[in-house]
Amino acid sequence: MPSVSMTVNGKAVSGNVEERTLLVQFLREHLRLTGTHVGCDTSQCGACVVHVDGKSVKSCTLLALALEGANVLTIEGLAEPNGPLHPMQEAFRQNHGLQCGYCTPGMIMSAIDIVRRKGHELDERTIREELDGNICRCTGYHNIVKSIAAGAKAMAQGGAPRQAAE
Amino acid sequence: MSATGIGAPVRRKEDLRFITGKGQYTDDVVRPGETRAVFVRSPHARARIKSIDVSAAMSMPGVIAVLTGAELANDKIGNLICGWMIHSKDGSPMKMAPHPALATGTVNHVGDAVAVVVAETKGQARDAADQVKVDYEPLPAVADPAKAQEHGAQQIHEVAPNNTIYQWHLGDAKATDAAFASAKHVTRLDIVNNRLVPNAIEPRAALAEYDAGADHLTLWNTSQNPHVARLVIAAFVGMAPEHKLRVIAPDVGGGFGSKIFIYPEEVICLWAARKVGRPVKWTAERSESFLTDAHGRDHVTHAELALDGEGKILALRVKTIANLGAYMSTFSSSIPTYLYGTLLSGQYNIPQIYCEVDAVYTNTVPVDAYRGAGRPEATFVVERLVEVAAREMGIDPPELRKRNFIKSFPHQTPVIMNYDAGDYQASLRKAMELADVKGFGRRKREAARHGKLRGIGYSTYIEACGIAPSQAVGSLGAGVGLWESAEVRVNPTGTVEVLTGSHAHGQGHETTFAQLVSERLGIPFENVSIVHGDTDKVQFGMGTYGSRSGAVGMSAIVKALDKIEAKAKKVAAHMMEAAENDIEFKDGKFTVAGTDKSAAWGDVALNAYIAHKFSGQELEPGLKETSFYDPTNFTFPAGCHICEVEVDADTGNTEIVNWTAVDDFGTVINPMIVEGQVHGGIAQGVGQALLEGAVYDKDGQLVSGSFMDYSMPRAHNLPSFTIGLTETKSPSNPLGIKGCGEAGAIAAPAAVINAITDAIGSEQVLMPATASTVWAALERANVARQAAE
Repeated sequence: MPSVSMTVNGKAVSGNVEERTLLVQFLREHLRLTGTHVGCDTSQCGACVVHVDGKSVKSCTLLALALEGANVLTIEGLAEPNGPLHPMQEAFRQNHGLQCGYCTPGMIMSAIDIVRRKGHELDERTIREELDGNICRCTGYHNIVKSIAAGAKAMAQGGAPRQAAE
Repeated sequence: MSATGIGAPVRRKEDLRFITGKGQYTDDVVRPGETRAVFVRSPHARARIKSIDVSAAMSMPGVIAVLTGAELANDKIGNLICGWMIHSKDGSPMKMAPHPALATGTVNHVGDAVAVVVAETKGQARDAADQVKVDYEPLPAVADPAKAQEHGAQQIHEVAPNNTIYQWHLGDAKATDAAFASAKHVTRLDIVNNRLVPNAIEPRAALAEYDAGADHLTLWNTSQNPHVARLVIAAFVGMAPEHKLRVIAPDVGGGFGSKIFIYPEEVICLWAARKVGRPVKWTAERSESFLTDAHGRDHVTHAELALDGEGKILALRVKTIANLGAYMSTFSSSIPTYLYGTLLSGQYNIPQIYCEVDAVYTNTVPVDAYRGAGRPEATFVVERLVEVAAREMGIDPPELRKRNFIKSFPHQTPVIMNYDAGDYQASLRKAMELADVKGFGRRKREAARHGKLRGIGYSTYIEACGIAPSQAVGSLGAGVGLWESAEVRVNPTGTVEVLTGSHAHGQGHETTFAQLVSERLGIPFENVSIVHGDTDKVQFGMGTYGSRSGAVGMSAIVKALDKIEAKAKKVAAHMMEAAENDIEFKDGKFTVAGTDKSAAWGDVALNAYIAHKFSGQELEPGLKETSFYDPTNFTFPAGCHICEVEVDADTGNTEIVNWTAVDDFGTVINPMIVEGQVHGGIAQGVGQALLEGAVYDKDGQLVSGSFMDYSMPRAHNLPSFTIGLTETKSPSNPLGIKGCGEAGAIAAPAAVINAITDAIGSEQVLMPATASTVWAALERANVARQAAE
């Protein structure tokens, strides 16, 4: 089996994978980073969103072998171990932006990317439109929208997101 | 109210692990030597299996076993069952057809499993599954429930002539007919309650492990009720004795009913794990979820409402065909009967109701409880009829509702239920204020100026939750009791573990149950842990569905806490050398009445265990109590949802512009969590009304079988919601809780359709009210109007 090397959450990792191995499988099954979830297999639900080289991607659409040398950031790498939570994580907790928690890692990773692209002052319509690629069945999105607006503001106040190294 | 007690919007304990990616869902659990299972599924809605050739698959790399229904039968693994007996009006029992976990002889729906491949990796299992050669003889299928009973329709199961499972009825037909004969006005509606796919975002999964040394099986499973799963798999499927089977439901990513049921895949994983001697894991792909998770709703109904000249309701008559799919799922029979017909009185004083329900087999995925389960269907019938009746009679819809509201309690309906408490005028009044109904006319004129048709729709719903008094449901055919258990374990240091038979899969029990204990014992919220979802830890429990965990599950905790307090007072009495009757307990402190003597909670807990201050023969050491709580009645959450829409007259596209919900859930433990439950319920109800529909073609192929074809509500389909509460406490449980989990899904569809029909001036709008559906209704209304002119 061919091998692949990349940086995940700041650590160099490598593994031998089947050619068809998707990034999400590499993360979950090889690296045991199970915070990234699979919800649909058709790139619709967004439960698998991670950041690759600073941009959000659906990790069920990328082959692991295509990411040689890439910088990958997953939900597990957002906050330092035993350090404070990322402001977006904290915003989801404070605003009850999650229920079953299954879509949550993808939501948070997408939310941070929305802030990167759209800035810290996000109106409701922008957030709702930008969330087109993330499905939640529990919350009706009401509190997710609140969480992202609050998290975006908090990120402006010094809580800069920890991005994968460029 | 303390910062973490009852009524406080405490942030959730469970969130930390979910927001950091540390949740442990079934697919995240890995066992040493684990193998992967992939199922071979029927591509036909109905076919005879002529032969299955597994030889090519067996020779594929990594394949450990390929198993079929023949081997399952050889091993005497029993069928899946439906656990609620319904009798037809002629007294005959429902016609339950055999449901083997792997089909033999015939397959009965697309997705019916015929074989399983177990291999080293999922990829290898999938490759080998493609090489299993099943020779099918396709047979004609029945997909449309309205046609299932027709003469000449294909007979799906031998045991069920005319594909009819039962013909059930409720109420007094003669008295209802007489009331209709005396009516001044009759409103008639033909209603289709569209079929839905639950689509919890975590797909179902099962991981089974066999310990040969102990002859013991363990199943990690995406279950809302692990004990019931164990009971059914042990007692009916016959996989293993109950004490030799442990079921663990770890973090579960949403259920909405679909994870209540016992499915073929977990049975097969257990069986396969024992056969191959290694752990076997299966995780559904989303397309498998569409083809195997029990679907919801799917009713075809004709309903009639009789009124006098002043808009007073005299009677209701309902005839429904309920599609139960290809096999009877675990609780499927009860949904269109005792969770549907019994709620047809709504919030109204209706003297006579008669309801007939025919349940039918079709070559489609089994149908069972989905958020609301029967009650959304009942609410849709009642709230559409009332709205249309008001419009036909020229009475303001809220006014017609008010004229018919039940105003005194308890109230016995003609359909079994005895409503214990409520104030329907209060929730309607508050919702109308919050929604600014007075300003609607102005908003409608404003909308018209930019080409939009604005409409307003009401839904004053009721539901029966707190499911349910065991004797009562037993008399109605339930195969189980519906009490709940709790065990409160006080540790020597005073921290507390509560073991509950409820199961959380998004509801936040780890937080709300801890709030109850913190308030009651006066101990820090952080010092309480909630343990659930493991049959080896919790003695027995009925799980979470039907908005029952507050009303029933927390009531069991209250009863156990009562016993804890009584025992702790005995210990405290010995410690302070006082009479037991003189001991008072408040805010975590035991005091002797009329003295300054006191003992802190932690000291009493420690003394209960060290047992130095009392005779162990007179008072047992330790501080642990158990309760099994059986409710005295259902609870009856109710409220009013008001939806405002704007319809684009050119395209038929509907936008929800305002949503107001005022609900009476009785006592609220955590308003933040309760509001979250309402939001999610509304979203699912709006999904049903505007977006979602499981569509089968005439041959029984599921056309909407992925998120590309089945329209899930997304953030931009929904508005933010205005939420209000009113409160009448339920007298049927010690906390006065009614339940909040399903209200939104029950109330919302009627509110949306009432708003759209108000906007376009036509009642002929089917769900989901997509742009093309609404546009077509507008066109028909225009044609009719022009013809009339």
